[in-house]
Amino acid sequence: MQFERKDILDIESLSAEEISFILDTADRMKEISKRPVKKVPTLRGKTVVLFFYEPSTRTRTSFEIAAKRLSADTLSISSGSSSMVKGETLVDTARNLEAMNPDVIIIRHYSAGAPHTLARLLKTTSIINAGDGMHEHPTQALLDLMTVREKKGYIRDLRIAIIGDISHSRVARSDIMGFTKMGAEVVLGGPLTMIPAGIESLGATVAGNSDDAVRGADVIIMLRIQKERQQSFLYPSDREYSKVFGLNPERLKKAKKDVLIMHPGPINRGVEISSEVADGPYSIILEQVTNGVSVRMALLFLVAGGVRNVNSD
Amino acid sequence: MLILIKGGRVVDPGNLDGIMDILIDDDRIIEIVPSGKSEKGGSGLLKGRVPERIIDASDKIVVPGLIDMHVHLREPGQEYKETIETGTLAAACGGFTSVCAMPNTIPVNDNRQITEYILKRTREAGNVTVYPVAAISKGLEGMSLCEYGDLKEAGAIALSDDGKPVSNSRLMRRAMEYARGFRLPVISHCEVNELSAGGVMNEGAVATRMGLAGIPNAAESIMVMRDIALCELTGAHLHIAHVSTHESVNAIREAKRKGIPVTSETAPHYFTLTDDAVSGYNTNAKMSPPLRSAFDREAVREGLSDGTIDVIASDHAPHSSIEKDVEFDFAANGIVGLETSVSLCLKLVEDGVIGISELIEKISKNPARILGIEKSIKIGGIADITIIDPEAVYTVDSGGFRSLGRNTPFNGWKMKGRTYLTMVCGRIVFENIMTQEGSL
Ligand SMILES: [Zn+2]
Repeated sequence: MQFERKDILDIESLSAEEISFILDTADRMKEISKRPVKKVPTLRGKTVVLFFYEPSTRTRTSFEIAAKRLSADTLSISSGSSSMVKGETLVDTARNLEAMNPDVIIIRHYSAGAPHTLARLLKTTSIINAGDGMHEHPTQALLDLMTVREKKGYIRDLRIAIIGDISHSRVARSDIMGFTKMGAEVVLGGPLTMIPAGIESLGATVAGNSDDAVRGADVIIMLRIQKERQQSFLYPSDREYSKVFGLNPERLKKAKKDVLIMHPGPINRGVEISSEVADGPYSIILEQVTNGVSVRMALLFLVAGGVRNVNSD
Repeated sequence: MLILIKGGRVVDPGNLDGIMDILIDDDRIIEIVPSGKSEKGGSGLLKGRVPERIIDASDKIVVPGLIDMHVHLREPGQEYKETIETGTLAAACGGFTSVCAMPNTIPVNDNRQITEYILKRTREAGNVTVYPVAAISKGLEGMSLCEYGDLKEAGAIALSDDGKPVSNSRLMRRAMEYARGFRLPVISHCEVNELSAGGVMNEGAVATRMGLAGIPNAAESIMVMRDIALCELTGAHLHIAHVSTHESVNAIREAKRKGIPVTSETAPHYFTLTDDAVSGYNTNAKMSPPLRSAFDREAVREGLSDGTIDVIASDHAPHSSIEKDVEFDFAANGIVGLETSVSLCLKLVEDGVIGISELIEKISKNPARILGIEKSIKIGGIADITIIDPEAVYTVDSGGFRSLGRNTPFNGWKMKGRTYLTMVCGRIVFENIMTQEGSL
């Protein structure tokens, strides 16, 4: 297929066919990362701006490595740096950036929809969403899909359990849409204070409790619990959370025998996931990180490199 | 100046409905007769007099001047968003001969000086009548009462902390009791802050999909129920602003059945749109209370139909692009409404939700009754008259608004029915010269 998208804003707007195509491309990119010289000239002369309104060492580093492996020039702007003047609106910042003709802007923003606004305003620059508020984190979902497909060989009909603070999680939204689009079944678990209204409309089902969510799961994705949520009465204590909703060896027994354990990181050991499980044989948390680079290389290549280059290097 | 309005269908609910001619001399209506009789010269309505202006109102509807009892004129303090001059011009264009100006100006209209200032600016630059609504609490802060006696004497017509709820129930109780002594209606913006905090749109599937924090219906309806209880306790006249949820409609219906002196209003966007309009992070669909579900919209329409909701008011809330061209989370609440209200109201009639007569009650007679003013087409009465062209078809173009605000979710909408002429005290303040399809 021909990949025609200028921007990667969310999983919601991608078709199953496009997702498969991105994953296929990422598989090929992974091969580059295994070479002794991990660099190809595909995006030489292209400028990739990493525009992070929210701190994120992990995602930013992954994108930066991805861009560098494709020989793009990268420039990182974060909310602490002087380039982002206090009081300047997103619209003004966008226009200023566009005036410098970057090829790709990777944006992480604390407000849902900010990448969409940017994409509407910038006619030629490609926008990749690296996480917007509680909305979506499409590259995380794509790397989750890639990792599951790699390990299981397929995605269709797998039972995926996502457990934690669904309400505040952009990873959860993107994963729900990504896995259901690819034909998997998604079951959600967590305190009901963290299950948002109407989440079923995205195609997921809500389990009565964590045991029900875990039961028969092929994949379990644990979400990070944020301690400040206690102040908004979403859960009473880490102790209770860990006991009732956390993933420990006992609860894990209810899952399928070849279950995969995933986590978008960073993990709270002993809260949502016990160390035995996080470091145990079913955990593929570090493979997720490795595949993150491949998926981001694939996306940069697809929006900035053009399909014609795919076999030329 | 003698003006003859000829051949229109005059609809003044409970008073007149028929094809009639109306003769206006200066600021008063001096004759009303069934149409055709004015042709007969001396024996008819003209009695030999020659009108300086004859308005052909055939195929049009002639109604008592419309009132929008919920408008933010932004002056003083935020004249870059709207002024009394531009806001009242927008009102005239929308068919409104009177508007109520909400007190959340800068400074807040919580004292005689600001009320007098608003009235002075209206005399200088206003195009329609402005009735200032004064604050319930000083600075809208919910801590102490304003001087209602002094404010009423200065010209305040009602009380409201609109934009914010009165969270302190004891203060609200005393405000209602005290206001009752001055026969001032208390207009309540119903919101439980702790439930709406952080929310930027209706709680539900659309918010969940978009990753935006939601505001549940209960954030409104709990406060509606509290205020109804305080209304029952104090006997004050309570008017619930911008009803958006089915729970609120049900609570008000029940209160009215029990004879509690509560009235209520909704805005055209609540009976027209749902939270789907927010899709694409459209900040022109962000307001407080937020657009709700289709179920709530239906309940609001039922409330209009059975009389639970007495009034339609636009909650005209102009903002500049500085407040709206930003991330959805940070965009200001509110949309402009004066120039689209009548068309959206006429759609209700076309949809069979209410009849034309009920509509005129909701945008003229009922607000007048609630505010204690008179709007009637009667001999000797003030010539505040609106003429509506129910068949005019046009496309909304926010670029052509008289309001300084462009923040409407209705830009580009095809509309049927609009204001043809607006007359305030016998003075024509707006006249639509486009007879065929045109833009606003
Ligand atoms: Zn309000």
